Amino acid sequence: MTRSNWPLWEVFVRGKRGLNHVHVGSLHAPDAEMALRNARDLYTRRNEGVSIWVVEASDITASSPDEKDPFFAPAGDKVYRHPTFYVIPEDVPHL
Amino acid sequence: MSFDNAYDAITAENDEHHWAFGATPGGSGVSPGEYREDPLAGVDRSVPDVSTADLTAYCLMLADDALILSQRLTEWCSRAPELEEDVALANIALDLLGQARLLLTRAGEVEGRGRDEDTLAYLRDEHEFRHVRLAEIACGPGPEGDFASTIARLLVFSTWRLAVFQRLASSADPVLAAVAAKGVKELAYHRDHAAQWTLRLAGGTEYSRARMIAGLEQIWPLVAELFETHEVERRLPGVAVDPSTVRPEVDEVLAHVFTAAALEIPTAEPMSTVAGRAGRDGVHTEAMGYLLAEMQHLARSLPGAQW
Repeated sequence: MTRSNWPLWEVFVRGKRGLNHVHVGSLHAPDAEMALRNARDLYTRRNEGVSIWVVEASDITASSPDEKDPFFAPAGDKVYRHPTFYVIPEDVPHL
Repeated sequence: MSFDNAYDAITAENDEHHWAFGATPGGSGVSPGEYREDPLAGVDRSVPDVSTADLTAYCLMLADDALILSQRLTEWCSRAPELEEDVALANIALDLLGQARLLLTRAGEVEGRGRDEDTLAYLRDEHEFRHVRLAEIACGPGPEGDFASTIARLLVFSTWRLAVFQRLASSADPVLAAVAAKGVKELAYHRDHAAQWTLRLAGGTEYSRARMIAGLEQIWPLVAELFETHEVERRLPGVAVDPSTVRPEVDEVLAHVFTAAALEIPTAEPMSTVAGRAGRDGVHTEAMGYLLAEMQHLARSLPGAQW
């Protein structure tokens, strides 16, 4: 059996107090169900998580490093897009 | 919260404590100093009013089943077909070892002769081990088995032990009840893992299916022994679980998996016993001597050594 037989899966774990799933790494598995179980064994051994997502790596469309400037640079000088001109009430968490 | 490192992000609020084993009920980590904290803290350790010899023997039966299968699964470390599966089998072996430690400690405590878990694990001879023979046979890695036979054994063993532990959780021995309650969640995962692999091997290629069928045939002669009621179990009503009572449930679960995997239940004849005596009486197969030699030689060569 060779590793290349099994596709690569990306793993996202939501921690106990986390608000969202965070990418923690990747693994190989024959299908989604086994990927979920492997993720449980590999990434939540120390009781880090309460929820796991897996997605096949080939299903992720990623931005290319070559396009970094056209993608991200134009946002750099748009200061008015930041909510820095408002007073944020203290009782609004996670903004 | 920093996202420079994914693990920092999910464990930031646990700070350095996140390296410890598990977590406290409040959700925060356990500090490394508490790593060996007794998982049965707070459990009543009084001994129920039964024969201590019988209760000791029963604790050893439950402990040895887990200890010996743990040793067998450990043999896969670094040899499993995939890295991910290597970790999964090691996790299962560690769960079983954890159950064995608690049960050996209880056996030593009930016996009252000062034997601790290490003494019982490393310094008993073959005929003093009380596990079912299914746990000890060689199912690979190596010429005597393969991954499929390992999965076949794990499927049957964890289905059976889960059914026993579900009943043991209401045992009159508070320690056995607590060990069982803790073990049920672990065993449910072991069973699920084995069932998932059974489905995949049976439904994979013609070759993987043939190996899965051969694996089931290899272990099936040892299955009947799991449901034989031992005299010790018979003498401990309310404390011990009579394994013959779990047979319908185990058969039903296995039938469910076999149907989904389009497999036939093997019809192998049970392995013979020696004048009716088998694993529970300390009568083991040839494989057991080799297993013990590997498991015990370090502790016996260097008595009291620490590593």
